[in-house]
This record gives sequence, structure tokens and C-alpha cells, in this order.
Amino acid sequence: MGIYEVSLATIVLINIILALGLNMITGFCGQISLGHAAFYGIGAYCTAILAKAGFPPAVTLLCGLILAGASGVVVGLASLRVREDFLAITTMGVGFLFLGIVRQQEALGGELGISSIPSAGMSKIGFMLFVLVLAALAAAFSLFIKRSWMGFAFDAVADDEDTARVLGLDVAAYKLSAFAMGTAMAGLAGGLYTYFARFIVPDDFGFITSITVLSMVAVGGIGSVFGVMAATVVLTLMPEFFRFISDYKLLVYGALLFTVMRFAPGGLAGFLQTALRIRKARGETG
Amino acid sequence: MLYLELLIQGIIYGSMYAIIAVGLTLVYGLLRILHVAHAGLFALGGYLGLLITNATGSLLLAMPLAAAGVGLVGMVVYRLCYHPILDRPPYVALIASIGLFIAMEEIYRLVFGPYGLTYNDVPLQSQIAFLGMNLRTAELAIVFGSVILLGTLSYLAQKTRIGVAWKATVDDPQMAASFGIDPLKVRYLNFFIGSGLAAIGGIFISLLSNLVEPTMGGVPSYKALAIIVLGGLGNVTGTLIASLVLGVVEAFGTIYIGHLMDRDAIAFAFLILVLMIRPQGMLSGR
Repeated sequence: MGIYEVSLATIVLINIILALGLNMITGFCGQISLGHAAFYGIGAYCTAILAKAGFPPAVTLLCGLILAGASGVVVGLASLRVREDFLAITTMGVGFLFLGIVRQQEALGGELGISSIPSAGMSKIGFMLFVLVLAALAAAFSLFIKRSWMGFAFDAVADDEDTARVLGLDVAAYKLSAFAMGTAMAGLAGGLYTYFARFIVPDDFGFITSITVLSMVAVGGIGSVFGVMAATVVLTLMPEFFRFISDYKLLVYGALLFTVMRFAPGGLAGFLQTALRIRKARGETG
Repeated sequence: MLYLELLIQGIIYGSMYAIIAVGLTLVYGLLRILHVAHAGLFALGGYLGLLITNATGSLLLAMPLAAAGVGLVGMVVYRLCYHPILDRPPYVALIASIGLFIAMEEIYRLVFGPYGLTYNDVPLQSQIAFLGMNLRTAELAIVFGSVILLGTLSYLAQKTRIGVAWKATVDDPQMAASFGIDPLKVRYLNFFIGSGLAAIGGIFISLLSNLVEPTMGGVPSYKALAIIVLGGLGNVTGTLIASLVLGVVEAFGTIYIGHLMDRDAIAFAFLILVLMIRPQGMLSGR
């Protein structure tokens, strides 16, 4: 693997952690969020500042994760007040609020961002393997949650909040836990991105990033861990595949997003399920 | 004096937001879709208005032509994008809409160039003394233009057969259909009018900045989404009030807390604050 492939693999793995975080909130628990990049940014900025102050990666990444998770709980409180489309716009607002505040703070580098962040003290391949381990842990954690009692409860909340409440589920507690876990994963991804890029600007964590992550979850098939991972790999690498048409790559991206939602609204996972069902049905009849 | 000046600035921006947001709230009221691609139609209006004005030298000719052209495109967007996925969960239409918006921005960038276009001779730039302040004619035109357009629209909605049919469909689609109103026609009309208004909004903003660029639709439309939520989603009166309030809050906020956060963040901070107090928006929905 050359340097280029290693960097590409690292960013794919970081995006997997980020997307699995949103999948926890939107996929498992059914709470739509258009502001996921804000938590990615909180993790990244927290890590960058601590790293520049001389703390080792173990401390900075953990602090980024905790701070993002804590902010996630605060935004999760909003999800107790507002629902569905109101929540979508509120979380979008959180994203713009984060950007707007960071841009005006001298201490956070303003528009210019934070540069010359120290490295994580690993080789490029070593760092990629480190991220690989964390991404594998994130995937295992997601699968564990999905199959646990909590996963069933999330499902119930996503399906019909009022019924879940009637059944005696503590809806508020489950929503807050989903936000806490999902945004903590985004914070971790942000910290890793900081060590990867070693230079961050506010625009890295804007609305477009939130949308990109949401599209990874939606294209993968809301709630499907493997679907989301596959979609993340495809959507992250796609601009690279289409480099020969570099001028048109965003056009293709937008058109693809539209086409998938238009023709396969269940995402890759839903599409595969339907295809399998059709094959099975054919097998049974024929 | 400063207060009055800020108030006037707020009303100017508020009227522009109103023109954009009414289209969005019409779509939401009828179809329950957060129509992000509205931003793309807004930018298209700016482009068409500027190109026609530059070609003919007449802004008065450019406005209705651009509005009609964009209105037709809006109908096509409905037919191709939303009509087939109306029965899917709301996030499907939302993400499809975002994909469409990204693709539209890219088309403008490829067709008209990345740096934007300017007027040969910007119309309505003469200064007028108003209550001891110097305002540009364009600023007054925005306020009065919005009042006239929205006033006419509300008159038509109350007094004409088609207006009544439209209101009936918004209130109760099934009942309206059983009285022989074709819901499809109403939706087309809805998109035609909403998109036409967006086009006018695009032209208005280009008169203030003398610039039409591919990404011009983004921020005003995200704010318009915030406005329709503040106004109670699908509530036209609420939307108008929320537009003006947001314009004024922004104008005052930039002076008093501008060092903490930028203009966009002030708008969304206000949105979040209001939603936490009144989760159904300032005026509750239908």
C-alpha cells in the first residue's frame, strides 16, 4: 500500500466511526439529526487544543469523545421537546450554531482554523491500524447494542414513541442514551480526523458534512450496521473513482443520492433484502 | 435612531425571507416535505432574472419571466422528485431533495461558472431619503414588492375558485378530492406559485449584492426552513410573522452579540430558544 492508499483507508475508517454514530441516533432510535458534523467538530477542536497543549493522544481522544457525548446529551434534551421535522430543523440549527460560534472565537483560530497540530506519534500505517481497531470496536459495539435489550427498546421508540411509552419504556432515557453514544462516536471520529489531517478549519464540520454522513446512513439502509459501513466505503471512495471527471463529481454525487432515494428508498440493505426476497419467491414457485 | 435603522434593516431582510419561506411552507402544508431543493430554484431565479435583465435592460420584464420559468421548473421537480415518493417516510424525500439541491448547484457552477455573474448596470440603486435615513430604491422595492405579492396571493386564495380549491386540499385532501378537486392539479399549482416566489426572492437578493453565484441559495433557504418551523410548519400567517421577527432579531443580534457568533448562528440560536419554549413554533400548526 502506498501513502495515498493508506490515507484513503484511514479517512474511510474515520467516516465509518462517524456514520455508525449517526446510525445509532437516526438508524436505531429513529431521531433524525441534520447536525451530526457539529459533534464531529467538537471532538476535533477539543482534541486539537489539548494536543497542542502537549497531552498524549489517549487523553485528547478520550476528552474529545466525552465532550462530544456530553454536548450530545444536551441536544438530546431538545429531542424530548420537539419531534420529527421540528427535530430535523433544530439539529440543523445546532450545526450552524456550532459553526457560527467557532468562526468568531480567536481562541479557536476563527475562520483560519487550527494548524500545526502535533502528530499522534505513529507511522501512517500504524495510525491506520489504530483507526481500524477503533472502527472495528465501533462496529462491534453497534451490533452489540442492536441485539441487546436496548436495541429492542430503540426499535420501539423509532417505530412509535407513544406506544413505547404506553408499554412502560422510559422513552426519554433511551433517546438520551442514543444521542450520548452516537455523538460520542462522532467526537472520537473528530479527534482521529484531527490527528489525521493535523489542520482543521470550521468548514470541515459544516452542513455539507452533516448531509454527507446522513446520506451514508440513508444509502446504506437506515439502521443496518453492515449496510451503513458498505455505503460509507462507497460514498467516501466515490469522488476518488470519479476523479477523471473531477469537475462533475459533486454533480454525480448529488444525482446518485437523489436516484437512490427515488428508486431504492430502503438503501442498499433494503435493496438487497428485496432482491433476495424476489429470488426466494421465484425459487419457491419455480 | 440606531434602533429605527436596525428595525428597518430587519424588515427589509424579513420581507425577503418571507418571499422565500412562503413557498416552502406551501409545500410543507400540502405534502409534509421539507423541500431543500427550493434553494436551487431560488438561485435559478437569480440567474434567470440577471440574464434577462442584462439581455433586455428591463428588470420589470425579467421578474415575471423568471418567476414563470422557475415556476415551471418547480412543477417538473415535483413530478420527477416528490410525486413518486410521497408514501415513503419523510426522511426519504428530505434526502432526495438535498441530493437534487447539490446536483442543481453543480449544474449552475458548470453552466454559468464558479465565480458568479453581475449585472451590467444594477437596477434600482438610487438613494432615497426615508425617515432621515438613506435607503436604496432596491431595499424599498423588496419590502413593497413582498407586501404586494403576498397580499395578492392571499386575496386570490380567498376569492377565486382555484384558491378555495387549494385551501380545501390543504385542510383535508380526501374531502377535497371527494368534492371533485383534482389533488394533482393543486400540487402543480402549489409548486408553480411557491417556486415563482422563490425566483422573485432570488432576484431581490441579487439586487442587494449585485452577485448571482451557484451557492447563493444555501444560507437563505436554510434560514427559510428555520422560519417555517418557527411559524408552526405549514402555517402561512405564522411564516410571515416569523420572517419579520427573524429579520429584526438578526439585525439587532449582529450589533449586540455579533462578537460571540455570526449572523447565521444568531438566527438559529433564536430558533432553538423559541422551540425549547414553544415546541410547536411561535404560532402553533394546523
